[in-house]
Amino acid sequence: MDVNKNSYTFTFSAILVIVVGASLAFVAEGLKPLQKENVRLEKMQNILASVKVEATPDEAAAKFEQYIVEQVMLDNDGNVVSPEGLTAFDIDVVKEFKTLDIEKRNYPLFVFEDNGARKYIVPMAGNGLWGPIWGFVAFEGDMNTIYGSTFDHKTETPGLGAEINQPFFQDKFIGKTIFDGSEYVSVEVVKGGADVEGKSHMVDGISGGTITSKGVGEMMQRTLNVYVPYFKGNQKAAL
Amino acid sequence: MSETVEATAVVKEPKEPLFSSKNKRLLSDPLNDDNPITIQVLGICSALAITVQVKQAVVMSLSVLVVMIGANLIVSWLRNLIPSRVRIIVQLVIVAALVILVDQVLKAYLYDVSKQLSVFVGLIITNCIIMGRLEAFALANKPWPSFLDAVGNAAGYGWILIAVAVVRELFGSGKLYGFQVIPDAFYDFGYFNNGLMILPPMALITVGIIIWVQRSRNTKLIEEN
Repeated sequence: MDVNKNSYTFTFSAILVIVVGASLAFVAEGLKPLQKENVRLEKMQNILASVKVEATPDEAAAKFEQYIVEQVMLDNDGNVVSPEGLTAFDIDVVKEFKTLDIEKRNYPLFVFEDNGARKYIVPMAGNGLWGPIWGFVAFEGDMNTIYGSTFDHKTETPGLGAEINQPFFQDKFIGKTIFDGSEYVSVEVVKGGADVEGKSHMVDGISGGTITSKGVGEMMQRTLNVYVPYFKGNQKAAL
Repeated sequence: MSETVEATAVVKEPKEPLFSSKNKRLLSDPLNDDNPITIQVLGICSALAITVQVKQAVVMSLSVLVVMIGANLIVSWLRNLIPSRVRIIVQLVIVAALVILVDQVLKAYLYDVSKQLSVFVGLIITNCIIMGRLEAFALANKPWPSFLDAVGNAAGYGWILIAVAVVRELFGSGKLYGFQVIPDAFYDFGYFNNGLMILPPMALITVGIIIWVQRSRNTKLIEEN
C-alpha cells in the first residue's frame, strides 16, 4: 500500500480526525457529571471555608445543608428578588461579572447559622492582573465586621498575586469593618508592606502582587456597595 | 519514509531482550548525556513557567510522562500507516487529543491537582520535547523502544524541572512542596526571601547553572571549537 498517495492521505486524515473527535466527545460527555459535581462541591467548600468550617469534598454537601439556613438574592439596587427557576447557589458571579452589565447582575447572599449565631456570606468577582479573581467574604451578625474570607484566582502570578488564596493574606481581613459609623467605606487593600496597624478599613496587600491586591480591594468595594441597603435594613431590624 | 538516524533500529532482530544494553541507554541517556532540557535545550518554555513551586513541577512532569508515553506508543504503532507529508499534523492531533484527555480526567477525578496545574496542562501540547521525540524516535521504532524512550525523556525533563523548582521555591518562598523549611528564626535575624527567584528569568539562570555544572563534570559534552 502506498501511504503517500493523495487519496490515502485524505482518507487517513479523515479517519484520524473522526476517531479522535468522537472519542474526545465521548469522554468529555461521560465525565461531565463528575466534573460538574466537583465544581459544585468546591463552591460549597469555599462558602463554608469563609466561615471557617472545614469540609472535605465528601462532607461538603451535608455540611452545606446543615449550616446554610437561608439563601437570598439581591438585584443591583440591593432589593431582595426571587427570579423564577434560579437559586442563589446557582448564580455564577464570575460568569455574570464577565458577561452581564452591572445592572443586570444578581447578588447572592448566604446566611450561615451555627448555635444561633448568624454569619452573612457574600460571593464576589473581579479582575486581577492576568484574569478573573473571586472570593467569599463572611460578615459577623452585625453585618459590619468581617468574620472570614476566601479568595481565589485563575491565572495570577504564582508566588505573588496568586498568594491571595493563602491563609496569611485572607486572615488579614478578619476583624476589619466596612462601615465607619453609618457610612459605607469598604476595606481598602493598600500597597504591600504598609503600616495598617489599628486601621480598621485597611488591609496590607501582597508585596509584588500590587495589582492583584488592588483588584481584591476594588472587587470588595464594588460588590459590597450593592449589599449596603440590605445590610443597613437588617442592622436596624436587629437593634 | 523516515529521515532520522535511528531508522536503523527498525531492522533489529525481534529476539532482543527487553532490557538490552541498547534499550537501557534509551532510558538513561536522556537523564544526562542527552537530556532534553540541558543538552537539546527543548521544553525550556515550560521549564520557565512552572518551576516556581515543586508541587506544580512534579504534577507537570507526571502529566508529560503520561502524554509522552501515550503519544510515543500510538505514533509507533501507526508509524507505517502515517503518510509522511502530513505526519507533523497527525502527531499534533494525537498529542492534543491525549492532553485534552488528561485534562478531562484530572478535572473529573483529581480536581485539586487539575486546579493546581490550570493552564499548564494545555501547554503540554506545545512542549517541544514531545513532538521532538515523536519525530526523531517513535516514527522509526517499535513500540517497546519508543515506550522506553518516552519514559527516559520524560524523566530527564522531570528531574531538571524538579531541580529548578526546588532551588526557586526554597530561595524564593522559603518552602519546599508548600511546607515552610526555612525557620522563622532566620527571618527574625533579617533573612529575606529572594523575590527575584519567583520571576521567570531566574529559571533560565538556574537552568544555565545546571548546564554549567553538568558540562564541567561530563567533559565529553563540551563542543570542540
